[in-house]
Order: sequence, then C-alpha cells, then structure tokens
Amino acid sequence: MMPKLKIENLTLVFGREQKEALHMLEQGKSKAEILEHTGATVGVKNASFDIEKGEFFVIMGLSGSGKSSLLRCLNRLIEPSAGKVLLNGVDITALPDAELQKVRRKEIAMVFQKFGLLPHRSVLENVAFGLELQGTPPAERMDKARNVIELVGLKGYENMLPSELSGGMQQRVGLARALANDPEVLLMDEAFSALDPLIRTQMQDELLDLQEKMHKTIVFITHDLDEAIRLGDRIAIMKDGEVIQIGTPEEILTTPANEYVSSFVEKVDRKSIITASSLMDTKPTMAVFRKDGPEGSLRKMRATGLKILPAVTVDKHFLGFVYLHEVLEVKQRGDKTIEAAIHRDVPVAHPDTTVEQMLPFIAETDKPVAVVNPMNNKLLGLISQTSLIIETTGSQANPQA
Amino acid sequence: MIRIGKYIEQFINWLTHNFSPFFKVVKTGVETMVDGVVGLFTFLPFYVVIALVAILAWRRAGWGIGVVTALGLSLIYAMGYWAPTMETLALILVSAFIALMIGIPLGIWAARSKTAGRIMRPLLDFMQTMPAFVYLIPAVLFFGLGKVPGVFATIIFAMPPAVRLTTLGISQVPEDIVEATRSFGATPRQLLFKVELPLALPTILAGVNQTIMMSLSMVVVSAMIAAGGLGEIVLKGITQLKIGLGFEGGIAVVILAIILDRITQSFGKKKLRKNAK
Repeated sequence: MMPKLKIENLTLVFGREQKEALHMLEQGKSKAEILEHTGATVGVKNASFDIEKGEFFVIMGLSGSGKSSLLRCLNRLIEPSAGKVLLNGVDITALPDAELQKVRRKEIAMVFQKFGLLPHRSVLENVAFGLELQGTPPAERMDKARNVIELVGLKGYENMLPSELSGGMQQRVGLARALANDPEVLLMDEAFSALDPLIRTQMQDELLDLQEKMHKTIVFITHDLDEAIRLGDRIAIMKDGEVIQIGTPEEILTTPANEYVSSFVEKVDRKSIITASSLMDTKPTMAVFRKDGPEGSLRKMRATGLKILPAVTVDKHFLGFVYLHEVLEVKQRGDKTIEAAIHRDVPVAHPDTTVEQMLPFIAETDKPVAVVNPMNNKLLGLISQTSLIIETTGSQANPQA
Repeated sequence: MIRIGKYIEQFINWLTHNFSPFFKVVKTGVETMVDGVVGLFTFLPFYVVIALVAILAWRRAGWGIGVVTALGLSLIYAMGYWAPTMETLALILVSAFIALMIGIPLGIWAARSKTAGRIMRPLLDFMQTMPAFVYLIPAVLFFGLGKVPGVFATIIFAMPPAVRLTTLGISQVPEDIVEATRSFGATPRQLLFKVELPLALPTILAGVNQTIMMSLSMVVVSAMIAAGGLGEIVLKGITQLKIGLGFEGGIAVVILAIILDRITQSFGKKKLRKNAK
C-alpha cells in the first residue's frame, strides 16, 4: 500500500547561498563547514521516511534540531530547498499556489504550540475558520464547528473569546479548528508543550482517545521523549537537522542507534514500554513432555545448571514448570513421565505484556516467566527472574549487542 | 552652486503643462465632494447638525464629551461662525477621507513588501517634515486658488501617519496567527481582510485620528491660498492685527479639534477594549 506521506531526501537550507550549500551537502560536508563557508544554516538534512495512513508519527528532537522546520515543509509553510513530499503519491512541493491552498484546506491541518487563534473571534468562529476559508456556507460550517466543539469537550464555551480560556482550553480550540476541516493528515507542532504538566497529560490521553475513533494520520512534534513514547506508534529522533533513528518506542528504548539516543533513553520510565518480547530468551531449554522422561529432564538440568525447566508438549504448547527435587522424586518412584511433577497453574505473559504488568510475578515466586503466544499457547520464550528484576530496578538502558 | 530648486521648478512646470487635463478632472471631482459636504451641513438647520454630532459624541465617547460638543458648537453658532466652521469641517473630512483612501492601501503595501516599505519611509519623512507652506506653491500651480489646492496640500501633509500606522498595525499581527491562517489555506486576500486588517484595526484607527488632527492643523495654512473657512478668519486676524477676530477663529478651531479627536479616538479604544477582554 502507498504510504500516506512519503518524505524523500528533504533538505532545507536557510540563507542566501542555497545552491552552494546544497552542493556542499551533496559532497557530505558537515553543517558547521557549510555555515562557515557559505553562511547558510542547514535546517533539515536529507530526511527520508514514510508515514502510513492512520499512523501516529512523532518527531522528537531538542530545539534547533530542525523538527519544526521539517514539519513546516510538509505543508510548505516553509519551502524546502530540495527533496519531495508526497501526499497520497502527489508531490506537494511541485504544486502551484492554488492547488497548495486546496491541500491545506482539505487534506492537511495544523495545530500550533502558541495556538494561533484569532483573538477577535469567538471559539465557534475560530473553529469554523478553516471552513470559512473554504467558502462553506455559514449555517453548514457552524453546524460542523459545533459538532467538533463537542468532540473536544468545549461545549458551553462557543461564544467566549480565546483570551477568556485557559491554555488547555485554547489548545482544544486549536485542535477543534484543525479537525473541523476533516483533514486526512494532522500536523501538530509542540501542541502540548505550552501547557502545564497535568493538563498536558490529560490532553495526551484525550488525543489518544480521539485518534482511536478518527484514525487520522498524525505527525506530532515534541522535545519530550516521554511524550513521544506515550503518543507515538513510531518515533523519529532528530539531531542537527538529521533524522538519526526511526522506530517504535520500544525499538528506540531497547536498541538506541547511538549514544545521543541512549542518553535520552536513560531518563525514560521504561517499565510501561518494555514488553516481554524484548526481554525473553527465545531459546530456553525445555523439558518436552513424553519425549523427555525424568531421566532426560535431569540431564538437561545438569547441562544448564538450572533447577527449573518449562515443560512443553512436542509441538511446544506450554504446560507448566518442573522443579529439580520433584523430578528426582518421580524418578525414584519409577514414573516413566514427568507428568506428576509439572506445576500447571502458573502465570504466563504474552509478548506485548509490559514489565509493569509483570511486576506481580516477581513477588510471587522464584520461577521464570513464560511468554506464550496468546492465540495457541505455544511457548515463545522465557524471562528469568534476574533480568526482570534488573529491568524494574536498574532502569538502565542496555543497548543489546 | 547646485540648483535643486531649478530642477524641481522644471519638474512642476512640466507636470502643469502636460497633465493639465488630469488636474482639471481632479479639481472638478474634489470641488464637487467639498461642495456636496458643505451643502449637506448647511442645508440642515444648525440645531439639527449640533444635535446629530452631540449624539454621536455621546454614544461614542460618553455623556461628558456629548455635553461639551453641544455647548462648543452652540458657542460657535452664537459667535456667528457657523458657515465658515461647516466649510472647514467639510475640507477636513474630504482631505482626511482622500488621505486615508490613499494612505491605508500604501500602508498595507509597505507591510507586505520590504522594498516598498524601504522606499516609502524617506518619502513619508520628507512629506511630514517639509514646512507645509511649501506645498501651497505646486498646489496653486496645479489647481489655481481655492479649496482644491487646500485639500491637495492637506492630503500630502496629513497622509503619512495613516501609512505608517497601517504598516505598524499589520506588522504587529503575531506571526503565529499569520502562520496558522496560511496553514488553513488562506489566500493573501483572505489573510488581509479576515485576519490582518481586523487585528490591526486599533492601530489603523489611531492613524485615522492622527490624519484628521493633522488635516485640522492645515486649516490656517490652506487659508493662505483662499481655501476659506475658519482659517480665513484667523488669517484676517493676523494680517490686520485684530486680536479678537484671531482668537475667535482660533477658539472655533480648538472646539472642532476636541470634538473630532474624541470621537475618532473612541473608535480605536472601543476596539482595543474588546480585544483585551
């Protein structure tokens, strides 16, 4: 399927000596070298990535990383110096003004950090503003605006002026104004950064709820990795105008591309993001029921030095755990199988179970945690108590080899 | 010796010779406007005019100003200067109107285009600082004696604040609002009329007030080229050393100034208050 937005080699250079700067970029010169030689600042350097329909895509970076400039290239509030932006396969950078206006009116709407509301118009008129620009008749646009106002929880505030509202409420107006156009793509530029932490969290939750209903394609800019992880299906991390890593929150946390990323990742609360699938050992030693009798199981325990083994069927269905002393007992009793030794009633995790959800397992027993496929109960891997405890207490990034 | 004066003289003469039909059309047009406004003010009985202006002042600027307006205009009538006052009022309104019609679009242009702004600024400085008497000379050459050259000189002198404050008002519109408007697919025209002008309105209205007040300050100067009105009375007081006459004319001008200033200021303030709410 065609991606909703395709960004191809997008480059943005500020300054007069554009051509020279672009040429130097092609030769692989650094941002500092280009600045020194031409006086031009490289805002965005050769960014390429796809954003799928319905995806919540977060671009994260510190100030000056070029994230806001990159976002503005997507609807050409800033003209990119080179590269393409394809919306549904159509290159936006090549559109004439009239066509670009049409795209901005119908397909891409934007929400701003400083809200950008019209101070002389009421909430209702602000929300209807985009429709007004499209030439929608007054009655129809007021109707649509009222619907969206209700959607974002602004009912009752229709006739107030923006200056009479709190920051959080003002940003709801900004969001409602963008949604009133029913765009396919929503660009959000640090939309929640100007809000108090509590309000911000609340707005994040509401945005996620809305997204669940609307399935818009959202490009969200933030300087806050926690926010990026909460919201994003995927995150692109930018530094000095370059996209240095793109991945799901978990990929970013578990396998940071370089030291810059891992220095961010260290400060993040990982418990709610890291899942069983990235902690588990995918090739655990198993006691296979009916194939391994007590003798075979003991041999495996001796070989690995483990006192506990997961018991599975021949086609890997998870049955439970067997303990060293009990296997010894059934062997002395002369049993042919380990059936009597299997502890069947044990908690299991699924691949997407978070560390936070697995916390009770630690306190409960000294057993490892079995990770099974929720569809067919097949054992996918094991998480040792050791790695679970380290993950919950250490919270240190451990870039895996 | 550099004789700039000679070149300017040649240029003005050239204009006079080559554009006399154009000046004639302009003259007829402006004359019709001024005469129409004077006709309207004098056609109505004086007490109706006083009542209308006083009510306007009361509605816009409060009952105090309303009372001052009624008393002031009555005083002017009682002094026997009703006709020249209406003439002066018409001159000011027509001059200010034309100055705004030219000045506000120029101000918008200067806000939009850096180059236009850069060229306009020294010209505006020149127009404002050049002693206003100097404009009387080409005015007379273009339009002869009478009201029209008075209007011409007044327009040149009174236009700069309208241009400047329009430019200022538009460039003060917050960048994030302009950006948001563009992001929703506004055309340049929509941006101007739906966002920039409404937000710049208080500042532009301050420019309107300035332009009207500066027009008023040209009353006596333009009387030197027979524009008539209250200026003529003051001028007579000066040239004939008639202290009483001079002061009577002067007082009438002051009354007119207070009324015009308070009424026009009130428009800007009302807007500001609504925005600040």
